[in-house]
Amino acid sequence: MKEIQVMDVMEAVGKMCIKANTELPQDVRNKLEQAMAEETSSSAKEVLRQLLENADLAMETKLPLCQDCGLAVFFVEVGDDIKVVGGNLREAINEGVRKGYAEGYLRKSACDPLTRVNTGDGTPAVVHFDLVPGDKLKIVFMPKGGGAENMSRVTMLAPAQGWEGIKNFVINRVAEAGPNPCPPTVIGIGIGGTFEHSAKLAKKSLMRNLEDTHSDPEIAAREKELEEALNALGIGPMGLGGKTTVLGVKINMEPCHLASLPLAVNVQCHSQRHEEVVL
Amino acid sequence: MAEYTLTTPLTDVDTIQLKAGDVVFLNGIIYSARDAAHKKLFELLDSGKELPFDLEGSAIYYVGPSPAPPGRPIGSAGPTTSYRMDSFAPRLHSLGMKASIGKGKRSDEVKAAMKEFKGVYFGATGGAGALLSNSIVESTVIAFDELGPEAVRAMKVKDFPLLVINDCHGGELYVKPKLDTAE
Repeated sequence: MKEIQVMDVMEAVGKMCIKANTELPQDVRNKLEQAMAEETSSSAKEVLRQLLENADLAMETKLPLCQDCGLAVFFVEVGDDIKVVGGNLREAINEGVRKGYAEGYLRKSACDPLTRVNTGDGTPAVVHFDLVPGDKLKIVFMPKGGGAENMSRVTMLAPAQGWEGIKNFVINRVAEAGPNPCPPTVIGIGIGGTFEHSAKLAKKSLMRNLEDTHSDPEIAAREKELEEALNALGIGPMGLGGKTTVLGVKINMEPCHLASLPLAVNVQCHSQRHEEVVL
Repeated sequence: MAEYTLTTPLTDVDTIQLKAGDVVFLNGIIYSARDAAHKKLFELLDSGKELPFDLEGSAIYYVGPSPAPPGRPIGSAGPTTSYRMDSFAPRLHSLGMKASIGKGKRSDEVKAAMKEFKGVYFGATGGAGALLSNSIVESTVIAFDELGPEAVRAMKVKDFPLLVINDCHGGELYVKPKLDTAE
């Protein structure tokens, strides 16, 4: 049984928090550059130019890409053949968040839902654990901004509504959100499971590389179909009009109950920050 | 579309000339306030107390900046989504606020208040917080320090780059989604 020290987890998480918030991932940068090359409207081009300049400046100054350094969301895969020693894994992740958000001068955005009093250190993180075979600990991190999260929805469709129902719901959601979630956005879609599981599927789909293609060709085709439909809305960067309303659509699908068709649409801003580490 | 360089406090002369789509480089002092600060400002108004800043001609920036690292006046400081302040904006316009700065759509009530009181809604580029912080040369917390990132700050800005999203003549820059062709 491989032993992993909680101190190592904490250190790794702290570094990830800073890196994810200050360095725009290459896949996102590539998509923004591609969008800039394809846009013809001057306002769309100007917004994209500013976003790329912002990414350069954040990299150089270590200022966060966005003042909204998100609520810290983690997907953690714990191998069956590892043992975390020296403390508790969840606490080590939270300790890493405290350290990273303090040392990186990142905004702490966690607060009590009713009193709205800030917890002061960016915790508690939202951590989703999964047990997998092997002797690795994989930690994927996403600082999830509030503006785009607010535009997200879960709905329970009737099974007869099928793909057309899903498509209509997603298109209407993105149209209704308009400029609010900082387009061009990434749309994570969870289909199936239960009420809560669909939302988790949607969130997890956002952890994928923006430039990848779904391993199932049928789902890959549906992602492309939705991406084209959403870009045809013409909302464009920051809602000023243009060809790029979304940078990508990611679908995560699992079986569901005979009576249900759960659908979750998780909207992510263009600052699609994500980092992962394997210990 | 025209370009203007304006300085706060803003007047009717400043705002009436603006049309949706114009570029404005803003100078002077602007005040940060978002959800929690607006609630506290309204508690002061309702109890007849003085506000921490003069609303007359003011520009309120919907922002909760990240902490200032050593050697910089402020951290990242881009706009937050404005609709959450829609319930507050009309009364503030009626009391002298001339401009709000944020991102995203405004309600019909806010648009009507801008028409009535010659106000303007500026958009700053969301998610460009590092870049926008370059135009903020000074920042001082003037109220509600306990709110941390949501405290009210007086920010001195130099050529802060803005777009007129809603003008006081009913004009709007945001495009309507083409729902028919998307199907």
